Amino acid sequence: MAKKVAFLQGNEAAAQGALYAGCTFFGGYPITPSTEVAEVMSNELPKIGGKFIQMEDEIGAMASVIGASLTGAKVLTATSGPGLSLKQELIGYACIAETPCVIVNVMRGGPSTGMPTGPSQSDVMCAKWGTHGDHAAICLTPASVQELFEETVRAFNLAEKYRMPVMVMPDEIVAHMRERIVFPEPGELEVVNRTAPSVGPAEYKPYDTSFGDVPPLAAFGSGYKFHVTGLNKGQDGFPTTKAAWVQAEEERQIRKVDANVDDIVQFEEYELADAEVAVVAFGSTSRSARFAVNEARKQGIKAGLFRIKTFWPFPDKQIAALAGKVKRIITPEMNLGMCTGEVKRCAEGKTEVVGIFRVDGEPINPGQILEKIKEVK
Amino acid sequence: MSFDYDKYIRPGKLPHIWCPGCGHGIVMKGMIRAIDTLGLKKEETAIVSGIGCASRLPGYMDCCTLHTAHGRAAAFATGVKMAKPEMNVILVGGDGDGTAIGGNHFIHACRRNIDMTYIIMNNNIYGMTGGQFSPCTPTGAKASTTPYGNPDPAFDVAKLAIGAGATFVARGTAYHATQIDKLIVEAIQHKGFSVVEILDDCPTTYGRRNKFKSVIEMMNRLKEIAVPIKAAEKMSAEQLEGKVITGVLYKEERPHYTAEYAKVIERAQK
Repeated sequence: MAKKVAFLQGNEAAAQGALYAGCTFFGGYPITPSTEVAEVMSNELPKIGGKFIQMEDEIGAMASVIGASLTGAKVLTATSGPGLSLKQELIGYACIAETPCVIVNVMRGGPSTGMPTGPSQSDVMCAKWGTHGDHAAICLTPASVQELFEETVRAFNLAEKYRMPVMVMPDEIVAHMRERIVFPEPGELEVVNRTAPSVGPAEYKPYDTSFGDVPPLAAFGSGYKFHVTGLNKGQDGFPTTKAAWVQAEEERQIRKVDANVDDIVQFEEYELADAEVAVVAFGSTSRSARFAVNEARKQGIKAGLFRIKTFWPFPDKQIAALAGKVKRIITPEMNLGMCTGEVKRCAEGKTEVVGIFRVDGEPINPGQILEKIKEVK
Repeated sequence: MSFDYDKYIRPGKLPHIWCPGCGHGIVMKGMIRAIDTLGLKKEETAIVSGIGCASRLPGYMDCCTLHTAHGRAAAFATGVKMAKPEMNVILVGGDGDGTAIGGNHFIHACRRNIDMTYIIMNNNIYGMTGGQFSPCTPTGAKASTTPYGNPDPAFDVAKLAIGAGATFVARGTAYHATQIDKLIVEAIQHKGFSVVEILDDCPTTYGRRNKFKSVIEMMNRLKEIAVPIKAAEKMSAEQLEGKVITGVLYKEERPHYTAEYAKVIERAQK
């Protein structure tokens, strides 16, 4: 049987990806340019007996998905810059309470209301450093409609596997563009479900690290009674101020990601084998970069593209290796140097890193990148 | 035979954090008796709170307990109830948590008429942070941030809930301990969003700043200002000056949210 093919908008693909992953609850608040995710979910979830709720504000939307997740549901919310700022309070809650949830954040400009709703890539630091306190972060930055579908599925898998919030962050261009998408058959993409407790309610502890760095999470209403809090907690979920324990627990929560970067980090290398100039880009900017690399190659310049698919955790070792290999790295991005700073950190001065920054609401076009390639080669 | 509270208290989690003379424990005992009267199963009952002294209550309860962020209890609880409508969901918290930082979530839970019960312990102050004035601190009262007297008018929590669309609103006091469980029983039985405001006392951060010499004096005040609704109906406005009406203040039958959403599912699946 031929696969189902559609001409779909990025946001619609994100919603379809969530449904493919088994999402049964969406809590949201209207904000452009992510609203279509909510619209599709409001239409589709009740058809499968799932629940959609439009909450009174962004914080409430984040709260509702955490509450629903604790009943065992796979949950999604969607927002954009100003909403992401508001959600930070409870993204931190989801981190410390180790509650799986997926946040689609469509990047528009900022700070504050900024210039709605032109494209931007300026929320990537907010994804990692937005909420206070030390915590791990996973953030995926897809570059096409097909990939937005697939990465949303992967975001659910990572959220459930590592018991934490995971962000999918398309820029506005990727979220609003329409492209051909081939729907994967059920079972074609991996779908990870939450590990159920292997002990009965009497012995169960929600943060029992004897089961490893990711303790199994029971569901409210399934016979298990347990406590969840935003305070530093012991294995039984109750507040603790025991210094050694709090330190170890904070480190464990970071380790869930740090010890598994190879499982989480995905990237694409294009024409890099003999490259002298590498463009490091993500999202829609990587599409312009690919075009520029192809043009440069036609003109005899050995250019290549390293495309970041997983922004957090950052592909540290891959960028470090790249920096040791090429003469120049160019980092085009729709912000004033967020990715560039990370690339420089990883490059450790082994090569020059040259940024192309744009925050005027216009995309970075291939010509701009090609010009820079020719300039620095 | 005396009532066995231990059946509902999480083993090893007492003593509680509340100060001597605080009314929160009286409210918790009332809530436990109500849960027992109704025969709610502990594993099918979620108790959700925000931040503050009153919001520490869930930790002591041997149920599915969720201690959320400041003011967010109603929004978290809405997610729990929507995802699992068959669960009993009880919210607890203080006046600052519920009517200031959580005010938006509170009024929208009322508006949706989602079938949950919210027990709000109103002690007129932010106790945990040391006694700053809340939206429920009376005008003129002293708090750590109103050294010259509170210039703000106070919320009437019950009126706020009724105005926002809650379909069951009741008020009791920590002094009238035996009334608390009766109000909570009726609130939980009610289909829709039910609010039970319990006037409470904070001797540590409110009483000592406002010339209450003892906990007994604070409790006596609760006794003196409370007028049962039946008695109030026969009293003049003058007689009711400075009094607070207690009992079931409002009750209305209206479609509740998860039942309405079940109809959405039905329509979508047609």
